[in-house]
Amino acid sequence: MRQSYRIIPVYTADVSGVCSALYELGGMTVMHDPSGCNSTYNTHDEIRWYDQDSLIYISGLTEMDAIMGNDEKFIHDIEVAASELKPKFIALAGSPIPFMNGTDFPALAQIIEEEMKIPAFSVPTNGMHDYVYGAGIALAEIAERFTDPGSKCTNPRSLNLLGITPLDFGPVSHVQKLKESLERMGWDVISTWAMGDSLDALSRSGEAAVNLVVSSVGIRAAKVLERKFGTPYVIGTPVGEFTKELSEVLEQAADKRNVSYLRNRLSGTPQVTLIGEPVTMGSLAAVIERRTNHPVQVLCPLEEYEGLLGENDRAVRGEEETEAALKHAELIVADPLYRPICPAGCRFFELPHIAFSGRIYLRKLPVFAEL
Amino acid sequence: MLKRVGGTVDPKGAVVRIKDAMFPLPFARELEFNSPVHGNWNIVHTGMLVPEARQIYVCADNCMRGVVLTAAEMNAADRFSFVIIEEEHLLNGNLEDVTIEGVADVIEKLPEHPRAVLLFTVCLHHFLGCDLERVYQELKDRFPDITFIRCYMDPIMQKTGLTPDQKLRKAMYDPLPECESDPASVSILGSDFALDETSDISRILKKNGYAFRELPKCRNWKEYQELGSSELFICCYPPGRYGSEAQAERLGRKYLYLPACFGYEEITQHLKELTDILGLPMIDTEKEILDCEEALKQARKKIGDMPIAIDYLFHPRPLGLARLLLSHGFSVEKVYLDSISPEEEGDFQWLQEHAPELSLVATVQAKMRVLPRSCEQEVLAIGQKAAWFTGSRHFVNMVQGGGLYGFDGIRQLARLMTEAFREEKDTEALVIQKGWGCDCCL
Repeated sequence: MRQSYRIIPVYTADVSGVCSALYELGGMTVMHDPSGCNSTYNTHDEIRWYDQDSLIYISGLTEMDAIMGNDEKFIHDIEVAASELKPKFIALAGSPIPFMNGTDFPALAQIIEEEMKIPAFSVPTNGMHDYVYGAGIALAEIAERFTDPGSKCTNPRSLNLLGITPLDFGPVSHVQKLKESLERMGWDVISTWAMGDSLDALSRSGEAAVNLVVSSVGIRAAKVLERKFGTPYVIGTPVGEFTKELSEVLEQAADKRNVSYLRNRLSGTPQVTLIGEPVTMGSLAAVIERRTNHPVQVLCPLEEYEGLLGENDRAVRGEEETEAALKHAELIVADPLYRPICPAGCRFFELPHIAFSGRIYLRKLPVFAEL
Repeated sequence: MLKRVGGTVDPKGAVVRIKDAMFPLPFARELEFNSPVHGNWNIVHTGMLVPEARQIYVCADNCMRGVVLTAAEMNAADRFSFVIIEEEHLLNGNLEDVTIEGVADVIEKLPEHPRAVLLFTVCLHHFLGCDLERVYQELKDRFPDITFIRCYMDPIMQKTGLTPDQKLRKAMYDPLPECESDPASVSILGSDFALDETSDISRILKKNGYAFRELPKCRNWKEYQELGSSELFICCYPPGRYGSEAQAERLGRKYLYLPACFGYEEITQHLKELTDILGLPMIDTEKEILDCEEALKQARKKIGDMPIAIDYLFHPRPLGLARLLLSHGFSVEKVYLDSISPEEEGDFQWLQEHAPELSLVATVQAKMRVLPRSCEQEVLAIGQKAAWFTGSRHFVNMVQGGGLYGFDGIRQLARLMTEAFREEKDTEALVIQKGWGCDCCL
């Protein structure tokens, strides 16, 4: 049965994705939820929580307020906090009960924006989708509302990095390595969505010649920036020697959009199986194929994979289907918490992924760009 | 990136002098911040105390992630499974079917059946009017060898009724069978931690040859079931009161609620209740108190005027603790709490009169994210939250009162405070670990 899980966990959910994407941008994110969402997020999904401040809260929704549709309290509490803390924007994210109630979040955001004169928006989360969906929409909202429409590109070797959160890339020091790998290829990184940069830096994104979508989290924002500024985008993650190939694709980006890592992939029976987010794992697959000349398969357990998977790759949903897909795998590269459903005799290489195992393997997290 | 703006945020609303504080809610309930202090036990930790049992949760992804990773971090993933609720299950009205079939599927995949399953249903089951009677009956019919324990993860109810934690502390004793009572035996119900061997209750019972049973010490299903056979049930931990009272009534046992506390008079009263009900001689309270006074005097001598901050997570009686320390010359400056237990009303009033400048500081109020987390002078923190909020490395690392109890608890506390004064700890490494005292893979 797809919904039942004997031993492996689930991925970070959409609500946490929103918080993670907006964490460093100076806004205030409010999860409309009784209690659990905040501790889940800040314990397992947010490695910056201990010493980097961010205005992320829950509403503390009660049974009575949910039944009576008491949105006034939600609005009031947000306005009280915002008037004291003066965030640059306010983002609202829903959880299962508000979803079931049909809480009108866009209307609540509009009321708050009009009354507080602070930009406010909602992300249609309900705690039942994965982080790519929540974080992706949150970044798309930033692209829609906070990028300077007057920006003009002046440097043909400039780019924005879209889709970076600790959930896929770990601490900011790892992101710095990723940026450096592109800078060594002569690229000027205008902004990083959204780690290590301020909202002001993101607002200048229209100056970039091209956008590099480094995880599926960044695809929605890329589409907004393409519509708004005409900026083409390339999908792929700088990793090992694939970075050079990616750089060449970026140079030709104006010609057409490109899922860079799907070019020149090998066909035939896969010798290696990767599990995880499709863009990062697809890029890693390209590296492994170039190095070993062995076909690689990516299993994508996340919801958003359209156009991101190759011929050998496949989407999987739930523990049962994933276990079945791994049945004949001989060499698996995945988060350590996948190990219990892998075949007994397979070779297993640990590749921790915060969006799956949270902080458990934080100390073992490799610098992705240097794999 | 958000810069720290603590210097410019007015602490009003998050900090109040006790003389000006309202009882029992000193702070408005608005947006909530959750600090990175995770030593408190949650329902996963507590549920794992039931030996030979498996926990199965039925909920949406986001709620699930917190509990499944709790189990993984405490190296107990092999005793935890779950069923995911998706949008379609809410829209199709088949939550009962998904719950039954999902749980059955999990059980059928296990190499062997557990003795018991703690089945956690959630807010969605409650709001959709899920027929839990049908769910449990069906599961019982399909798996007659398994005891299904009704547990809830429904935090939406917790401000107007029993918390999921309180309900769990009843449910986890529901499988205790009706049986003849075993004379000269006592069970403590409702606590996460076994009492210290030197605690007053332990000493009294041991000296008089009583069998003393506690869930955290149960190694198997048989020992667990024997908890129900004791002639007397005691509860020492407030969240366990509802459940232990209910079990005493169900099984027809004598019962005492003897919450851990810091007042000599109250401790004496509790021990008298215990010895009276069992017909045992009372311990020498005068000597016990003299020993406590000496321990506190020695601790005060070493700690001096170092400012002290206490938090509610350290012990369910933070104001009682503040009262004890202030009345023995310690410089208690802050107590971190969000509400005041009715059990502490007397201590609250005493502190209003005798320590009116004592600060009560919220932990979940929105400003607590950005208010300064360091003090001009190093603070001795009693509890993990006090340590994080004051930026202290000198702290007593314990939650929920640990195994402290009675006069002995006061003496142990004096020792722990002295240790904390003397030695620095790695605050970040310690307080981010979930479930103090549990196995932790971090």
